[in-house]
Amino acid sequence: MERYFQQDLECMSREKLVKLQNEKLVKQVWHVWSNVPYYKKKMEEAGVTPDDIKSSEDLKKLPFMSKDDLRNTYPDGLLAVPKKDVVRIHSTSGTTGKRVVGYYTQNDIDMWDECCARAITAAGGTEEDVVQVSYGYGLFTGGLGLHGGSHKAGCMTIPMSSGSTDRQIMFIMDLKASILCCTPSYAAYLAERMNEMGYGPDDIPLKAGIFGAEAWSEEMRRDIEKNLGIKAFDIYGLTELSGPGVAYECSAQEGMHINEDHFLAEIVDPDTLEPLPPGSQGELVFTSLDREAFPLLRYRTKDICRLIPEPCSCGRTHLRMEKPKGRSDDMLIIRGVNVFPSQIETVLINHGYAANYQIIVDRVNNTDTFEVKVEMTPEIFTDNIGEVEAKQKELTDGLKSMLGIKAKVTLVAPKTIARSEGKAVRVIDNRKI
Amino acid sequence: MLNQISVFLENKPGTLQGMTKVLADHGIDIRALSLAETKDFGIARLIVDDPFSAAGVLKDADYVASMTQVLAFEIPDTPGGLSKLLAYFSETGVNVEYMYSSLGKDATQAYMIFRVHHTEKSEGALKAKGLKAVDDPSVL
Repeated sequence: MERYFQQDLECMSREKLVKLQNEKLVKQVWHVWSNVPYYKKKMEEAGVTPDDIKSSEDLKKLPFMSKDDLRNTYPDGLLAVPKKDVVRIHSTSGTTGKRVVGYYTQNDIDMWDECCARAITAAGGTEEDVVQVSYGYGLFTGGLGLHGGSHKAGCMTIPMSSGSTDRQIMFIMDLKASILCCTPSYAAYLAERMNEMGYGPDDIPLKAGIFGAEAWSEEMRRDIEKNLGIKAFDIYGLTELSGPGVAYECSAQEGMHINEDHFLAEIVDPDTLEPLPPGSQGELVFTSLDREAFPLLRYRTKDICRLIPEPCSCGRTHLRMEKPKGRSDDMLIIRGVNVFPSQIETVLINHGYAANYQIIVDRVNNTDTFEVKVEMTPEIFTDNIGEVEAKQKELTDGLKSMLGIKAKVTLVAPKTIARSEGKAVRVIDNRKI
Repeated sequence: MLNQISVFLENKPGTLQGMTKVLADHGIDIRALSLAETKDFGIARLIVDDPFSAAGVLKDADYVASMTQVLAFEIPDTPGGLSKLLAYFSETGVNVEYMYSSLGKDATQAYMIFRVHHTEKSEGALKAKGLKAVDDPSVL
């Protein structure tokens, strides 16, 4: 029996949903026009006024927003309400430049918490459940987002935050945590530690996990599910839009339902920015429908994915999105296979390396060569050459299973891969095609 | 027991020189050295007069280095010297992971350095046979 947190909204007819979206969109556009001079200017430059926007059909008239716009307006140039109405901020990790600060009113927080509560309920969460939130708490949206969702869903919430693995395990076992929320790489690590400590899937009280905030493969999902004895659910979100819970997986585990009563999704061609027909793969663009403090119209996520137009067997009517493969601006095609640096990063982190690496692609005798350079770390290094080589091979195998093609792994000395203040040079493509 | 320093080096010209220069600049004396290599990288294993300082200065210079305990024994530098020593290893079932040597200061002695599993237990077993491991790097 599929469970819903807000069945009337999650399962409403498409017709009603579209009507609701259109009403909200008109209001949201007026809200932005009246309160965000930066975007009003963009609309004026594009020759659009709020009167031109009557329904989602008119979305394409609106100018896009990107991370650059968010940086240009740092720290509060997109704030759409008086500061006295703001109750919280969150911020991105800032790895690719200046931090992005998102603002929330109490209504914004409530909406976000409800989105997360839908995700927890879809994963089987009820008042009977104990939810261990092992995402980091703080500026990062992961911890407090799922925390709020767990409260709304009426679960007993363990606000663990990240780190202290042994204590995490102690609470899972002693407090009989039934739902774990964290990054997939941390879930894999916890599973490994618990298995090492002698806890098998039958001893572990967990029944479900909600994992997101980084790229993970289907293989990794099956591994985590097997080792912890759980069902693992994907969750998607962006700090810019609220945080986790923009989209979430249901029991069918075939794509993530977008909370379409709050967020309108489009797929556009990342080069031409033209909207693409339903079912096409392209860049995901979101428009918030009822944000107060930080509304965003046509925000380019840079995530490449496909929206699934077919109805889902779970009964929800909200569109599903496929798991994003990565960011549009850094996808590589090697031996015909799409490779995203984020996937490589995930594997490195899972294997205990620093996320500092370089990908070198070349073409020799009409075949692509693919090398991943990784810095040696004290955690990996031992005096035994066989052990170091075994770790090198484990990493090679891990990359193969994530990417589907084989990479040559080269271990290099620490600090020899350039770190840059802005976006690091991750890819060197020497192919002359 | 001696503290051995192991250092990760890329397998290309200049890397070993760079590492030895760091030690030279800090007045650290190398008493014994061995290199293990693959196509891409190598591991230099060193016995130095001051392993703790060596580990510190290498880390400061961005080398990945680790410290491992190894066993060192003095043998006479004559035919059969090593064989006699290893006979004790065989008797006590101590397996050698890798080993290298250092010639003594006077030409009559040599020092054999062994990496074994369960270093302390192995040392104990060999000690029971009357063998005494070197525990001061300045002896070498």
